[in-house]
Amino acid sequence: MSRYLTANTMRTLLPALSLAAILAAIFYLQPRTMSYFGLNLLLNLAVPIALATIAQMFILCVNDLDLSLGAFVSLTACITATWLYDTPVLGVLALAGCVLAYAALGALIHLRNLPSIVVTLGMSFVWVGIAVLILPTPGGKAPEWIRALMTLKPALIPFPIIAVVVIAIVVHFGLMKSAAGVVLRGAGGNPLSVERAGWSLLKVKVTMYAISGFFGVLSGMALVGLTTSADANIAERYTLLSIAGAILGGSEFVGGRVSPIGAVIGAVTLLLTGSFLSFLRLNPDWQIGAQGAILILVLAMRMLINRSDKRS
Amino acid sequence: MINDLPVVDVHGVGKSFGAVNALQDAHLVVQPGECVGLVGHNGAGKSTLMNILSGVLSPDTGTISFAGEAITARYGVSEAKQFGLRCVFQELSLCPNLTVAENARITHPQIRGFGWRNDASELIKNWLDEVFPDNGIKGDDVVGDLTIARRQMVEISRAFSSLDEQVRLVILDEPTSSLDKISADQLLTFVKKFTAQGGSVILISHMLREVLSTSDRIVVMRDGTMVADDATENFDRDRLVREMGSVLAEDAEEASAETARANTARVIQIPAKDGIDLNVFQGEIVGFAGIAGQGQTEKLIQIFDASNGKVNAVNIDNAAAFVAGDRQAAGVFPGWSIEKNISIASVRMMVQRYLIDPLQEINISNEWKERLGIRTDDLSNNILSLSGGNQQKVLFARALGSPAQIVLMDDPMRGVDIGTKQDVYAILKQEAENGRTFVWYTTEMDELKHCDYVYVFRDGEAVAELPSHKVTEASILNASFDPATAA
Repeated sequence: MSRYLTANTMRTLLPALSLAAILAAIFYLQPRTMSYFGLNLLLNLAVPIALATIAQMFILCVNDLDLSLGAFVSLTACITATWLYDTPVLGVLALAGCVLAYAALGALIHLRNLPSIVVTLGMSFVWVGIAVLILPTPGGKAPEWIRALMTLKPALIPFPIIAVVVIAIVVHFGLMKSAAGVVLRGAGGNPLSVERAGWSLLKVKVTMYAISGFFGVLSGMALVGLTTSADANIAERYTLLSIAGAILGGSEFVGGRVSPIGAVIGAVTLLLTGSFLSFLRLNPDWQIGAQGAILILVLAMRMLINRSDKRS
Repeated sequence: MINDLPVVDVHGVGKSFGAVNALQDAHLVVQPGECVGLVGHNGAGKSTLMNILSGVLSPDTGTISFAGEAITARYGVSEAKQFGLRCVFQELSLCPNLTVAENARITHPQIRGFGWRNDASELIKNWLDEVFPDNGIKGDDVVGDLTIARRQMVEISRAFSSLDEQVRLVILDEPTSSLDKISADQLLTFVKKFTAQGGSVILISHMLREVLSTSDRIVVMRDGTMVADDATENFDRDRLVREMGSVLAEDAEEASAETARANTARVIQIPAKDGIDLNVFQGEIVGFAGIAGQGQTEKLIQIFDASNGKVNAVNIDNAAAFVAGDRQAAGVFPGWSIEKNISIASVRMMVQRYLIDPLQEINISNEWKERLGIRTDDLSNNILSLSGGNQQKVLFARALGSPAQIVLMDDPMRGVDIGTKQDVYAILKQEAENGRTFVWYTTEMDELKHCDYVYVFRDGEAVAELPSHKVTEASILNASFDPATAA
């Protein structure tokens, strides 16, 4: 393999190539999407999904898995559409409480050495329960400023594109480039070594869960900004979407290997596969299955790249 | 330099894990500017001592002082670091998902702020060039993509690297195990330079040539205690090997095995790659010996895979059963009853009309419970209700109850009490007489005396074949360490 086309660069490029392929297919099927308005419609929901995927990625980074993310985003959406709209102070406090709750979960999982899957699966019912208590029937209203932000119409480039690029770059610098981010990722790669170097694994886990909770809150707020109302199951699909998006973007389940830029690209790719399949006039019932097939296809390609890497 | 006080003074330190005395009354003094070689056979207590020094374990008895300052309670990893103590552990402790520079940052919290990446990269590169000139490693290489030798270089250089703090003592645990000769020599040269500048090194290695050429003083450990502590010039390879082994002369005769060998069929044959051919004949108990981790387990797994037709490098015709040494990881099914744990390998024999015949299942389990003396009143109890030794008996029962004629054993007696061992030895003898064949990797010298033949492993290959009358501690130690010709 040539010096520039190593398995490593291929792995990094794969998510971007998948996105380009799906975008090209959409443009081919429906040339009218190739416009400011078209892209805006197409990528409308990209912001909350990208935020949720980033939230999931932080958990994946410390070798855990969050099965409650969808329920958690639904809850924060409900809080945003009710308390944050009616009594902003209470709303802000409640959302801050959500972040703290995530931090506490991280501490619990680390101290008691519990499997994150079990804890978050259990918590998902708690989140949905609270959401139903807050908003028993679909409704609520988006706070004006969130609505205004999410429907911004900047010149030339549609808002969702700017937003996801900003999210990707901010997280990339925070986690991948900063000195503090190194310790956070190192704890996923070899916890023992990080601990021997004198760092506290508890602090690492709490930090990662808190950041994840923060992005989950942002995701719920962004979602309400787009839909203008909420219900207790509004983001149910986000749990699996966020895992799939992060994995599609090059993250791995173990070993602290994550990529924020990849995660955002993965989230957008998954979102676009839905539109792509609609343009194919595929029955919506088949869409989730077809999305899964695309996911398997991309992951199979990654396996092939990895295997060729081992052989060389 | 601070003063003439010893960098570290270990006095009468003891540590036990359960009933096992890993370390007792250990004494070790390291002066500034001194390289102390630490040698000993498996389980001599070297790793325990190192873990205590680095603050990972705390000693049960005795005292440790650093530069004359006694430390007792609240001694941990970060305190050890503050004293200027660094360790290179045998199992690599870099983060594979990070780059070389990022790994350097993990151990140097003071590298931060803008441009930290360049600082870290420069620091680690300087030390890499210092220890291993022409290493070709870049600061932005991801550690997981590096070869194992290069990872080892990064880890060693990182241990010596310092910003403003002083590195006083570096403990190197088998640092050259994955380095080639050139890099190993570079390291040893650097160690001499480092000690000449007043730093101290504890060098743990089973490459006796390196210890003899590099260290100023050598401490020999055996059975958790120091048996020799002398200047290096008073040692040679023979004395080291002698000190590591037990002093008792071995009594050994009976050359019967060699004649018997030709009379039975050969059941396993592994042609040599670098070492010697490995042959196992029916009804034999063949031992695998040598330093731990020299490829014995891998060879057993290779034989096992070959018996399933997955590997061709080994000639074997019969089915084989495997007795795992690591009970928790590869042995017991923790949620299952004792009975099911025994019978799992014999499922095919018990099938009646597509279903498992429960009566047969009970019979097989009961038979082996009686024969091995598994201490339980009810075989339907959970396996975890048994003691460790009895759990291990269950694993033996599983292998012996299966139809396999070859039984592969991966150091199965680790942490098993003497009574259980005697029971199992007796059964092995009996089964071997009935035509079963055993291949037995063990780290315990005494167990090798039950073997008809012993193969000693080094660097993943069998390098010596000893018939039972030649199996002595001395002969095995002699074959385990690098040949004198390499010196």
